[in-house]
Amino acid sequence: MSTPQKPFSRVVEAIPPSGIRKFFDLAQSMQGVISLGVGEPDFPTPWSAREAAIHALEHGATTYTSNSGLLELREAVTDDLADRYGVRYRAADECLVTSGVSEGLDLTLRALLNPGDEVIVPEPCYVAYQPCVAFAGGVPVPVALDPGDAYRLDPAIIGAAITENTKAILFGSPSNPTGSAQSAADIEALAALAREHDLWLLSDEIYDRLTYHGTHTPVSAAAWERTVLLGGFSKSYAMTGWRVGYVCAPEPLAQLMHRIHQYTMLCAPHMSQIAALEAMRTAQDDVDEMVADYDRRRRLFSKGLDELGLTCPVPGGAFYVFPSITATGMSSEEFAEGLLTQEKVAVVPGNVFGPSGEGHVRCSYATALPQLEQALERISRFIGS
Amino acid sequence: MREILTVLESDAHASSERIATLTGIDEATVREQVAAWEASGVIRRYKAVVDWDRFGDERVTAFVDVTVAPERGRGFDDVAERIARFREIRAVHLVSGAQDLRVEVEGASMKEVADFVAQKLSGIDRVTATSTHFLLRRYKDDGQLLTDPEPDQRLSVTP
Ligand SMILES: Cc1ncc(COP(=O)(O)O)c(C=O)c1O
Repeated sequence: MSTPQKPFSRVVEAIPPSGIRKFFDLAQSMQGVISLGVGEPDFPTPWSAREAAIHALEHGATTYTSNSGLLELREAVTDDLADRYGVRYRAADECLVTSGVSEGLDLTLRALLNPGDEVIVPEPCYVAYQPCVAFAGGVPVPVALDPGDAYRLDPAIIGAAITENTKAILFGSPSNPTGSAQSAADIEALAALAREHDLWLLSDEIYDRLTYHGTHTPVSAAAWERTVLLGGFSKSYAMTGWRVGYVCAPEPLAQLMHRIHQYTMLCAPHMSQIAALEAMRTAQDDVDEMVADYDRRRRLFSKGLDELGLTCPVPGGAFYVFPSITATGMSSEEFAEGLLTQEKVAVVPGNVFGPSGEGHVRCSYATALPQLEQALERISRFIGS
Repeated sequence: MREILTVLESDAHASSERIATLTGIDEATVREQVAAWEASGVIRRYKAVVDWDRFGDERVTAFVDVTVAPERGRGFDDVAERIARFREIRAVHLVSGAQDLRVEVEGASMKEVADFVAQKLSGIDRVTATSTHFLLRRYKDDGQLLTDPEPDQRLSVTP
């Protein structure tokens, strides 16, 4: 018996599977690999949050919560945004707890886009941005940022891509994969551009706590009325597996997102919401320690790469460095594949994050110092050979 | 500057060069600062954290709660200092609660520790009672978990 012969969704079929997959399969089949290919913290979730979830399970927190998420968690999130950045969202109707930024992004795009609406996506960027725009019926418009300019969100480059169909600009700072953190001045300029063309700014701020030069600039501080703030716990609190995050947006849009969420996800996992709340309340010291640790690794690793002639601007945030490998004469894929098979170090070729990532590889330093040092030795051997 | 101490606290071997790399502070400054801290006593000394059990040395530790009749005008200080001077004593703390001093005693065997408590500790003037708790297993010491680290469960390549 065969499955029905009618075609599948053309939109979905047109999207290629993630280029990361190939390296995953290869790396997974090998022994003794040092992986710099991991996009998640190497720390476990702070114990206070884990313990709170265990307690919650023992006491029956196994139900749905309200669609929007636990009010206490939304209040903690909105108060925290007000405290740290001076941006104020109402917990009641401008903040929604989601199953990670991943769901928040999907809701945003589905609530916002009509068929044919264009979303400008500066790249190299997180692998999900363009597919999610397409899944929501929109047209992703990739725009290459300049590696020579530290992948700055240059308003001139972005402005040049605006058409009458443009509805939004989707970006993340600090960035996966480049680690670049945008300056307050560039965020301001981008906000002015969005105002001029009446665009939404879809701002993925999942790495907001992981910044190393000064503090993070939230986009809502510059353009509250046209910003969707996607935030999460996965990276800053090392909670990737819990599937919890949040999205904050002006009320009319937030309500539409709520409508999709109530019919699709219903709510983020109850016990994960409790863990996230506890993390916000008690794990600040853990976060500070993790950030200090990433900072040391960042310095050591980017210096090591520089000494090998793999130049990279010292990244300002997240836990990625995105060095240029053009000096080796190899393409990103050749480099990544050769490094993995010859020296057993897994990195992600830059082109999976967009064509302008070609000539680079993404290395995650969410890995213990001794392993980073060993990885540097292996990379040195690889490019010397 | 605090960062320098954080690095040294977890790796007393770290060279000035390495500390400079990890903190972004220049190497000459690191060297001067560390020397200044060594001189002023902010850095007391450099030590290795040795797991003697793993080395094969069987050592026995006991926590002993000591009740003391305090001395007029001197409180607990004289007695505490007398106790602290014994080689067998690893730590002495004045604590609140039913007993007064909580001390840590170390010896080569249970008998050695028991003899020390019976013959030396409880015989000290103004020590009126002792209560001894032998240590059975350390799970965390000096802020350091001694249990096996949790395995890394991450997939090797993720977005
Ligand atoms: C930039 C960026 N956004 C979103 C996500 C997904 O986050 P979440 O776990 O909250 O769904 C990731 C995870 O790698 C990411 O790097």
